[in-house]
Amino acid sequence: MKTTQILIAGFGGQGILFAGKFLAYKGLVEDLQVSWLPSYGPEMRGGTANCNVILSDTPVGSPIITQPDVLIAMNLPSLQKYVDTVVPGGQIYVDSALIDAKVERTDVEVFYIPATQMAKDNNIASLANMIIVGHLLENNPHLSFAGTDEVVEKLVPAKKAALLELNKKALALGKNYKN
Amino acid sequence: MAERVLMKGNEAIAEAAIRAGCRHYFGYPITPQTEIAAYMAKKMPKIGGVFLQAESEVASINMVYGAAAAGMRVMTSSSSPGISLKAEGLSYIAGSDVPALVVNVQRGGPGLGGIQPSQSDYFQATKGGGHGDYRMIVLAPASVQEMASLTIKGFNLADKYLMTAMILADGTIGQMMEPISFEDAEIETYEKPWALTGTNCERKHNVVNSLYLKPDELEAKNFERYERYKIVEQNEAMWEEYMMEDAELCVVAFGIASRVAKNAVAAARAEGIKVGLIRPITLWPFPKDALAFAAEKVKGFVSVELSMGQMIEDIRLATQCNKPVGLCNRCGGMIPSPDEVLESIRKAQKGEF
Repeated sequence: MKTTQILIAGFGGQGILFAGKFLAYKGLVEDLQVSWLPSYGPEMRGGTANCNVILSDTPVGSPIITQPDVLIAMNLPSLQKYVDTVVPGGQIYVDSALIDAKVERTDVEVFYIPATQMAKDNNIASLANMIIVGHLLENNPHLSFAGTDEVVEKLVPAKKAALLELNKKALALGKNYKN
Repeated sequence: MAERVLMKGNEAIAEAAIRAGCRHYFGYPITPQTEIAAYMAKKMPKIGGVFLQAESEVASINMVYGAAAAGMRVMTSSSSPGISLKAEGLSYIAGSDVPALVVNVQRGGPGLGGIQPSQSDYFQATKGGGHGDYRMIVLAPASVQEMASLTIKGFNLADKYLMTAMILADGTIGQMMEPISFEDAEIETYEKPWALTGTNCERKHNVVNSLYLKPDELEAKNFERYERYKIVEQNEAMWEEYMMEDAELCVVAFGIASRVAKNAVAAARAEGIKVGLIRPITLWPFPKDALAFAAEKVKGFVSVELSMGQMIEDIRLATQCNKPVGLCNRCGGMIPSPDEVLESIRKAQKGEF
C-alpha cells in the first residue's frame, strides 16, 4: 500500500489523540509501519489538539505531517488551518454538526458527517471521534474496516469494559453512514 | 517475527531501563519527558525498585550520584532547563568515575525557553555543561526503537567505561509512538569492585570522591580518565549511512532532524541529485572517521539541526574544513520541513553553502 498520512485535529477533549491511537494500533495489528505523533503542551490543556498518524508498508521517515493525505477536522479552526495542506486527491472528513462551512476546494474528496450530533442521538456523546474513524475506514479500502473489533479490545482497558461495546457501536455508525 | 508493541518514546526509555536492570530512578517532572517518571512511578514499586520524585533537579542528580557510588544501575531524566540544574552533579559524577544514565528530552532554549522539540543542548551534552575536564557518552536516538536500544546500550557503556551516558533526545521522539520490540536487547553486566557496598570487615574500604587537593594527584586522575576516553573514541562511535555509496553531497543530521532529512534526501534523489545522509548515533564520540572519509569524495556537507548550528562545528573539525558545510536549521521548537531541507540540498548542488 502507499503511505497514508492522516492528520486529525480538533478541540482538546474530543478524543483526537485516541482516534489517532486507534488508527495506529490498526496499523500495528496489520503489520504496517506506523508512527503516531501528538501535539503536546498548552493544547492538551484545553485549546486545540492534533495528532499525526502515518501508516505505511515501508519505514516511516519524518513523523511530522506537512501534507496530509487525509484530514479529519472536528472544529472550524482546524478545518481552516489545514484545509489547504491536504494533497490534491486527498480526503477531508468534516464533523458537519460542529462546522457549518463547506470546503471550497474541488481537487479533494470531502465527507461531511454530523458525528457529534449522531453521537448525542445514540447516547455515546464522547465518541464522535470514533464515528468519523469508522466512516474513514469504510471509505479507505486499503485501510479496511475489518479487524476493528480486535483493535478496540486492545485499546480499551478491561476495567472499562462498558466502553468496549460503545466504541464498536460508534465505529459501526460511522461505517454505515451515507453521505 | 518479534512481537511489536506501540509505545511512546519516553515510555520506551523507562521500560528499557527496567529491562537493563535499573532499579533506581530519581527525577523531577518537566515537559516533555514526564512520561518517563510516570512510567517509573507505576512500575518500580511493583518490582522492588525505587522511584523517588526529589525536591529538585539538584537533589535528584545527587541521589543518582549516591546510588551509582553504591554500584546500582541508576538513572534520572529531565529536559533542557532541568539538565542545566543537574550540571554540577554531572561534573561530580564524572570526577568520581561512577556510571550513570541521564536522559535529556530537549526543548527549546535558552532559559525556560519553550516546551517544543529542540536540539540546542548539543554543546552542553558534548562539550561539558558542568565544570572541569570530562566527557559523557552522548547517544542520539532517532526512533522509538532506538530510545529503547540506546538506553540499554547507555547502561552497558556507562558501566564499562565508568562514566555518564546521556540519551540526548527531543520532544518529538519522546512524545511519538512507534512499534518496538525488546527481543534483541543485549544486557551486559559488570563487576563493580569499587562500589560502596559495605566492607563486612573483610576488605579495605572503598572511597568514591571527586576532591583531590594535591594538584599532581588530580592531574594524574585526569590523565588516566582521558586515556579511558581515548578508548571510547576509538571503539564506540556509531553512525548510520543512507545512500552514501555514490553521494556527491552529504547531509548530516541526528535525532528527529535525521528523519526529516531522510525524506528530503529521497526527494532530492528523485530529482537526480546524488546526495546521501550520515546520521551520527553517538554525538560523543563523534563519528569523525565517517565524516573524514565522506569529505574525500563529496563536494560539501549540509548540517540539518534544530539549533542555531552546533553540530556543524564538529563536522568542520572532523573534516578539517576541507569541504564547505552549509546549515539548514530551525530552532525554538520549530522543525524544518522536508521541503526546506530539499531546498538547502538544491542550493548545495549549485555550490551555494
